[in-house]
Amino acid sequence: MATAIRIKDNLNEKRAFASRVALMYLLACLLMAGVIVRMLQLQVWEHEIYQTRSEENRIQVQPLAPTRGLIYDRHGVLLADNRPVFSLGLVSEQIDDLDQTIADIGDLVPLIEEDLQGFRDRLKRQRRPFEPVALKLTLTEEEIARLAANRHRFPGMQITAQLVRHYPFGPLLSHAVGSVRRVTEEDLKRLDPVRYSATRFIGKRGVEQFYENSLHGEIGHQQVETDAHGRIRQVLNITPPGYGQNITLHLDSRLQIAASAALGDRRGAVVALDPRSGGILAMVSKPEYDPNFFVSGISAEQYKVYSTSQERPLFNRAVNGQYAPGSTFKPIVAMAALTHGVTTWDEIIDDRGSFKLPNQARIYRNWSWKKNNSGGQGPIAMRRAIYRSSNVYFYHMASRLHIDQLASFTAQFGIGQVTSVDVADASRGLLPDPIWKLGARGERWYPGDNINVGIGQGDLLVTPLQLATVAMVIANRGHFVRPQMLMASDGPLAEFDPPPPMKDVQGPTPEDWENLVDAMEDVVHRGNQGFRGNGTAWAYIGQNIGYRMAGKSGTAQVVGIKQGEEYEEEELDEFNRKHAWFIAFAPADDPQIAIAVLVENGGGGSSVAAPVAREVIDAFLLPQIAHR
Amino acid sequence: MSKDFTRTLDQTGGLRPAARLVQIHLDPLMLLFLVTIIGYGLIVLYSAVNRDETYFTAQLVRMGLALAALIIAAQLNPAIYFRWTPVFYIAGVVLLALVLVMGVQAKGAQRWLELPGLPRFQPSEISKLAVPMMVAWYFHDRRLPPSFKDLAVAMLIILIPAGFIVVQPDLGTAILVAAAGFAVLLLAGLPWRWILYAGLALAAAAPGLWYTLKEYQKQRILTLFDPQSDPLGAGWNTIQATTAIGSGGVYGKGLFEGTQSQLNFLPESHTDFIIAVIGEELGLIGVAAFILLYLMVLGRGLYMASAAHQTYSRLLIGGLTLVFFVYVFVNISMVSGLLPVVGVPLPLVSYGGTSAITLMASFGIVMSLHTHKTW
Repeated sequence: MATAIRIKDNLNEKRAFASRVALMYLLACLLMAGVIVRMLQLQVWEHEIYQTRSEENRIQVQPLAPTRGLIYDRHGVLLADNRPVFSLGLVSEQIDDLDQTIADIGDLVPLIEEDLQGFRDRLKRQRRPFEPVALKLTLTEEEIARLAANRHRFPGMQITAQLVRHYPFGPLLSHAVGSVRRVTEEDLKRLDPVRYSATRFIGKRGVEQFYENSLHGEIGHQQVETDAHGRIRQVLNITPPGYGQNITLHLDSRLQIAASAALGDRRGAVVALDPRSGGILAMVSKPEYDPNFFVSGISAEQYKVYSTSQERPLFNRAVNGQYAPGSTFKPIVAMAALTHGVTTWDEIIDDRGSFKLPNQARIYRNWSWKKNNSGGQGPIAMRRAIYRSSNVYFYHMASRLHIDQLASFTAQFGIGQVTSVDVADASRGLLPDPIWKLGARGERWYPGDNINVGIGQGDLLVTPLQLATVAMVIANRGHFVRPQMLMASDGPLAEFDPPPPMKDVQGPTPEDWENLVDAMEDVVHRGNQGFRGNGTAWAYIGQNIGYRMAGKSGTAQVVGIKQGEEYEEEELDEFNRKHAWFIAFAPADDPQIAIAVLVENGGGGSSVAAPVAREVIDAFLLPQIAHR
Repeated sequence: MSKDFTRTLDQTGGLRPAARLVQIHLDPLMLLFLVTIIGYGLIVLYSAVNRDETYFTAQLVRMGLALAALIIAAQLNPAIYFRWTPVFYIAGVVLLALVLVMGVQAKGAQRWLELPGLPRFQPSEISKLAVPMMVAWYFHDRRLPPSFKDLAVAMLIILIPAGFIVVQPDLGTAILVAAAGFAVLLLAGLPWRWILYAGLALAAAAPGLWYTLKEYQKQRILTLFDPQSDPLGAGWNTIQATTAIGSGGVYGKGLFEGTQSQLNFLPESHTDFIIAVIGEELGLIGVAAFILLYLMVLGRGLYMASAAHQTYSRLLIGGLTLVFFVYVFVNISMVSGLLPVVGVPLPLVSYGGTSAITLMASFGIVMSLHTHKTW
């Protein structure tokens, strides 16, 4: 068997090799042709797509946040301005060990769990590479300095400045001016996404909320060339943002300070109006909160304190607190009785301390009633019924009036509706009538309901702003001007489409008004006449007073008091005590300020609320009088 | 042509410059192509590093060293290469084994070796040369096309170092080392049907192989089909590279004018992705010019291979040239989104050291084999 000996045949091999090499070269050329086709696809056929994509990479349209309009008081004092705030961001792409870096930064500036949680959330969101992710939203000067000194240790760290809202007076105007707060997902659903694309804060509450549209301003844009790290290389085109409108309010910051001080630590509200313009001179609600917390990023802890506190500091009592007006309502009942001819200034009613409707067992008592059945005011006419605040007199008046007469007359003073021009989310209060009662309670209107409304109790509810408006209307002798925050602005405001003017109060004669004002002056000034002859507030505010003040006290029940029962203030739980009211205006014959004071669970209106009113009016008028 | 060339050499005493180069064992055409690529590459690199002089100078020095490596390698007698091939190969394998035992960790892989008295280096670079040399050496006195037994031995020669590199892990380099070996095998006359069988077997095994891949490797393959699936992660490079190339159009945006590269949108723009800078700034014309130059290198190399008289020379010249082409093809394909992203630089253009020096040394060997008539 012949064994095939394999001998190397160099020539043959060389030939075979040459053909194989030629084939390889052909193959290589084909592969490269494939690459060239790919290049043709990218660079010729789909060139436009990639051209656009590269431009989109390079050119960014960045929204430019407008600078929010400033808010001034009537004397040009800044109530809300804008300040730069520095925040700390990290470019995660430039950081090898993110956890370690955060831990190291945490040694320099305090980082709380919220910062870290927020950072992790923001890190997960869609963003461009090399875009910094915020880690800490506000840095103090000291923290900036500390970070700057250690900048070399943290390559991906960035500190950026942004203008944010600042409230120089802190809590003082928290309820009147309101505050801006972080734009939430919820807000974004109803906002113009383009207009708000660069906006981080939006007006919530108060003037900031009502005039949001004008204060916000118009967004601007800039077309910039950026590198992949998001750094701007050059600005190609710019549409500057339109500044927000600056607005001037009727508020008087000095009066606001005085009102806030007068209330002190008590829960309550003060609203002061200029009767000539309706301008809101002061609006205090206590407790207050610091609006700056909402700008600098309120901590969950602080927010919890605010939102769960039994004292409800975030609640604006001045416009949303609804309380029974108590005896401050009596002037309206008096005017209604005169208007509908059920009494005269001269009719005398015998006040024996209690009142009974015909055929009914229930006894309605006077505020001064004692268990020994003393406390009646004796024979009493309207003027004394007002300055002595006789319940019995007004029980009679209310029983003589039909509820529709009383309700429609009362509505002229703005109760049960919002009459203010530009107070955000103002409450309507409640002016009960038979239709309302049937709808809300499913019960018909009883004569007893009239009696309760007659002394400002029952279902009747008003806000301090509404009672200040009542004081203002009386001061104006029936002339109604709508309460208003805005005094002036640089230009016309989008929001400012004023509602039609309110009608003046119809019915009372000029004489009726003057008599009412006299009676209300007696509340303050009539003194040294013995217990049954003094104005209810005289003992507390009527002495050493350098001007004529007209006022009316009120003490609103919070809990129903059983028949024939007298209660001791001290025995009641704090939150069940009566609310103290006082409404006033001054000078009585040329009113320049009208005011309503509420002290929640404060007790007697004359003893507790009246001194607050006096303090506020003093602060407003005495400098003017001294100046003259 | 080479005959004419030799005759000129024989007849005239006064030599033309090109002929003089031959005398010092350099191939003038190949050298011209290579130097053109290097020069062209340096210009592009200067743009890719945003005209940073330090990078440019470092690359210039490196290319000088690479050129020196070529010249020196070309002077050595092929006999030396031939004789030392097995030793070189075994040394390479031993070093690869050493890497696994005492290598230096970097970025999750153990690729570097630090031996006393030597600079830090990757032994896998040695294998890029040693493997094709060893396969060529093995076949030099064997009958071609190879028998099945010879083929099995050759496979072993290839797969031992490749396997060591895979476990480092450095799949990209392992594939390139294996490709160099297979290139020689292919030139040795590997029957086409076997190649077909191997291809079919690989296709059948592909689903199984998928599970042996690491997560980032799978991701790279997936993003090839849909770069937008992970635009900020694995897809980012490909998206930015295709955007750069595509936006260049036919004529390009002009040198130093590429926004993708100058504004750093293009990652690795001066290393693995430099062809995208060429595409963006010099357009289709710039890319085509490069491809043409590379094809000329390949053509000249393959011509030199087929002109060689010994099996060893033939196989080695052909293998080294082919593997050079594989680098080019793989690099451009990966940057333009045709192949998954593997760490292969563009030969002689990308910024970085060892690979340029290894490549130029391999061309030195090619020239040595070609210009030495006797060994």
